[in-house]
Amino acid sequence: MAASQRDISVSEFFAKNRHLLGFDNPRKALLTTVKEAVDNAIDACEEAGILPEIWIHIQRNGQGPNRYKVGVQDNGPGILKKQIPLIFGKLLYGSKFHRLRMSRGQQGIGISAAGMYGLLTTGKPVTIMSKVSVRKPAHYYEIQIDTKHNRPEIVNGRGEGVVVSPGAAGAKAIEKHGIEWIDANHGTRVTIELEAKYQRGRGSVDEYLEQTAIANPHVAIHYEDPDGNQRHYPAVTDTLPPEPREIKPHPYGIELGMLVGMLKNTKEPTITQFLTRSFSRVSPAVARRICEGAGVSPRARTKKIGRHEADLVYQAIQKTKISNPSTDCIAPIGEELILKGLHQIVPGEFYAAATRPPAVYRGNPFQIEVGLAYGGGSTAHRVSREALVEMLEQSDARTLRQFLATTFDGLGTEAADRILKEARAKTRISPGKLREKDVNRLHEAMRNVNIHDGQTMNVLRYANRVPLQFQAGGCTITQTVMTTNWRAYGLSQSRGQLPRGPVTVMVHMASVWVPFTSESKEAVAGYPEIQKELRLALQSVGRKLGMYLRRRRKVKHEGERRNTFLRYLGEVAGAVHRINGSDRDELYAQLLLVAKKKTSEADVKLDDRGRPVDEPELDLGKNVLIVDPEERARQVALPQGGGEEGATDERR
Amino acid sequence: MAKKKASRRKLSPVTQRAPMKAKLTPRDKRTLSQLTGLADGVVVAARQRRDPHVDIPARALSNVRYSPRKRIIEMGKRTTRRKLFDLAQAKAFMQTMLVARGVKDLIDQGKSNSIRGLFYTLRGKIADTNEHTFDQQSDCDPIIEDVEVTLASLREEMHLFADPKGAMVGNIVVTDSGDDIDCSRMGSGGYAIPSIVEPDIMQFKQCNARFVLHVEKGTVWQRFNEDKFWRKHNCILTHGGGQPPRGVRRLLHRLHHELKLPVYCLLDNDPWGYYIYSVIKQGSINLAFESTRMAIPDARFLGIRSIDFERCGLSDSVKIDLNDTDRKRARQIASYPWFAHKKPWQREIKKLLDNGFKLEVEALISKDISYVTEEYTPARLKNKDWLD
Repeated sequence: MAASQRDISVSEFFAKNRHLLGFDNPRKALLTTVKEAVDNAIDACEEAGILPEIWIHIQRNGQGPNRYKVGVQDNGPGILKKQIPLIFGKLLYGSKFHRLRMSRGQQGIGISAAGMYGLLTTGKPVTIMSKVSVRKPAHYYEIQIDTKHNRPEIVNGRGEGVVVSPGAAGAKAIEKHGIEWIDANHGTRVTIELEAKYQRGRGSVDEYLEQTAIANPHVAIHYEDPDGNQRHYPAVTDTLPPEPREIKPHPYGIELGMLVGMLKNTKEPTITQFLTRSFSRVSPAVARRICEGAGVSPRARTKKIGRHEADLVYQAIQKTKISNPSTDCIAPIGEELILKGLHQIVPGEFYAAATRPPAVYRGNPFQIEVGLAYGGGSTAHRVSREALVEMLEQSDARTLRQFLATTFDGLGTEAADRILKEARAKTRISPGKLREKDVNRLHEAMRNVNIHDGQTMNVLRYANRVPLQFQAGGCTITQTVMTTNWRAYGLSQSRGQLPRGPVTVMVHMASVWVPFTSESKEAVAGYPEIQKELRLALQSVGRKLGMYLRRRRKVKHEGERRNTFLRYLGEVAGAVHRINGSDRDELYAQLLLVAKKKTSEADVKLDDRGRPVDEPELDLGKNVLIVDPEERARQVALPQGGGEEGATDERR
Repeated sequence: MAKKKASRRKLSPVTQRAPMKAKLTPRDKRTLSQLTGLADGVVVAARQRRDPHVDIPARALSNVRYSPRKRIIEMGKRTTRRKLFDLAQAKAFMQTMLVARGVKDLIDQGKSNSIRGLFYTLRGKIADTNEHTFDQQSDCDPIIEDVEVTLASLREEMHLFADPKGAMVGNIVVTDSGDDIDCSRMGSGGYAIPSIVEPDIMQFKQCNARFVLHVEKGTVWQRFNEDKFWRKHNCILTHGGGQPPRGVRRLLHRLHHELKLPVYCLLDNDPWGYYIYSVIKQGSINLAFESTRMAIPDARFLGIRSIDFERCGLSDSVKIDLNDTDRKRARQIASYPWFAHKKPWQREIKKLLDNGFKLEVEALISKDISYVTEEYTPARLKNKDWLD
């Protein structure tokens, strides 16, 4: 027994438990790979103060039906030669884990895990090309992970990699080694071959990039999917988000075990010095109060503090009032940029945004931001016939109804049923078995059926600007959206459900430490402080939506009023003409004038009950964007040139 | 402007079908001038950029008055204003004008139409919409009554009639549109009472009957006719198929006032039966303006009485339980001014409520097929046992 017991390497563990990292199935593997690479790329650029520009290429590899090649390149600072193998070939190696600072990736297993997954499924190494400057040589590596020892192995150049010299010679070398590289002055490109499955719709790479573009208006994204469709999301702003500061932990945020560990490792001689230097917001006075509370001398040597005393100190910390940590370590997107980002990508007529002031949960500062877009059509409205055929072929949904509900955002089963009825398709028919004629009818129905009524709110969740695409049900963001009363804001909502209507809500949680419910980083845990901030932010945009909708409904009501009168005037004029022989057209014209006078009076002066009121201008405050729907329709109708204005979406 | 053109297109064919002029009676001329007045009001208002309206006398319990002297219901002076530029009334205003137009066409052509026929004539799609001017006849009927009360014209004067309902049999000869009809020789079906029974249409030629017995519905009437009750007791037997239509009420009124025949009613013992009696006697709330031509203040209520269950020894099987609407309606009727001060009536209605069940005339038939014709009714008449 004892003989068979031995060390388990981290790499080995994850090779066997890859679902923990988001590699459960080929479809998700592709997404996770792109995601880790893109997150790393954006972080690298931001840290270097460069406006990120990211190229993503996904290609089908001829060697098998599910073989794909993913290439992600950034315009970042590049990586030092000796760091390259470690970053991409060693699990749990990173700069982000040991500091408290807002950043995208956190654990440092992402990109190397993707490389390992590629290696396991295709046997191909990860290739990395990195260039630090125009003048300096670039480095090209092919790396494998030694899973037994969690250590990188360089495959090419006899374990040394290839040096690509700058200039024309370098270009030749690139060609010779078959390196994929978009010519840039500096940056990094990682290419991973893996077994995967490309699928559009919900939870796809396309969706991830679109959502990333919303929350990262300063990032330019160029994306080419396996079918050769190109999509460009230009940067909406040219200012980088402020660089978040690194902070020390707050005493409220640590646990006893952590405190004991910190005490053991500290170099500070006394407990007071330890407390004031290792934690934020602990002044000597606060430290003294903690020590008093714990019954420990403020000058006690840290080395002498045992487990029991540590426990007392820990309890004293909880009882002592310590001010909240400084919150300038968080960089929110900002209301203005949220509006810009949403407007750029989500079609709609009304946009609102709210950024809450920073708050603290368990000693960790965080900030909640919410953006809301109303009135945009569902993706189901915009899909082209070719894209639909492709989606139908790729879908693994069992029934057509399931296909509609799972592929398109904000399309509930109710709307799906209506589409099916309009298309006269059988509910239980398999999406792959549709005939040409059926597809035409389905496409027609999807364009024509009014799916607004059955449409449910589309919730986009973000943690530190990274879209969260899975485990929506388990995430406190979704839960808080559901438990917010949207009926007060003019949307219909069943108890405990997402509200209905053409609404998209993006919720961003920025924090030095986002509390995820699992390692795959898809759902935020529900601390009461976080829920409270979420609710306040949602209510803030909800109120503005409510005001807008009420006004819109009223304008519509007035319009209907006038229409009602106009409808009957012709009949009245005709009847009167027949009775007393007066001039029908003259009478009609006169009545029309009276109608206009009457309704224009009503427009400005009367409320629902017919009482005169002063109509104030609709004052929604700042951070609201209202788009004339007709204007929008005109814009969409115009053919859009390359990625210059607005995101060009091939499906539109 | 598009709208205007469209509606002109729609209406032009109507104008082309010019109504042929018929010879107008003085009454027709009066109605026509009133209709024109209605239309002129709209023209004048439009010319002055004001909101056209029609004042319609209110047809509600609150706007009727019981005249103790005349013993009939009279209409009050209260009117409701129907405006074109009021969201809730715009459609009704348009419909009122359409009905007025339809009536005008009928008078011009010298023809009369059923109210259902008028509804069909006026029904149509409003230009450029999917909306009908009238969706169903029940939308049209109240508007017709509105026009009636507004013009203070009778339905007959508007050349309109309702579905004939009700029959007559007995020792009387009438002349209906020039044809002599001997109501004692009408077989088992009887003479169907027409909707319009004004003197210019119907005259009484010869009458030997001593009184009129009005029963609630056709089945009971059939029983009396088969037993030749009217021959034995020398009377006129009528029914009104439930709530009697205006033709039947007008005929009863004429029989009573012109031929001086007393009118007796044999109705069900339920609030509905009481109300039928009330309408025959005092006139209806809805058409209070016609009471002077319709109401028979001396009409008498023979039965069925709520005491009859014990008096006639009926079996339990004939009881029908009162429901909540019945109770509510009974209390309402008891509080009508024309019942409120009549102690026998208050006792009658209280007894009905105490019983907790209603009785139909058929209850008597279930005792013995001819019990009602051979014993019950003759006994009531002989003993002068009725409610007034």
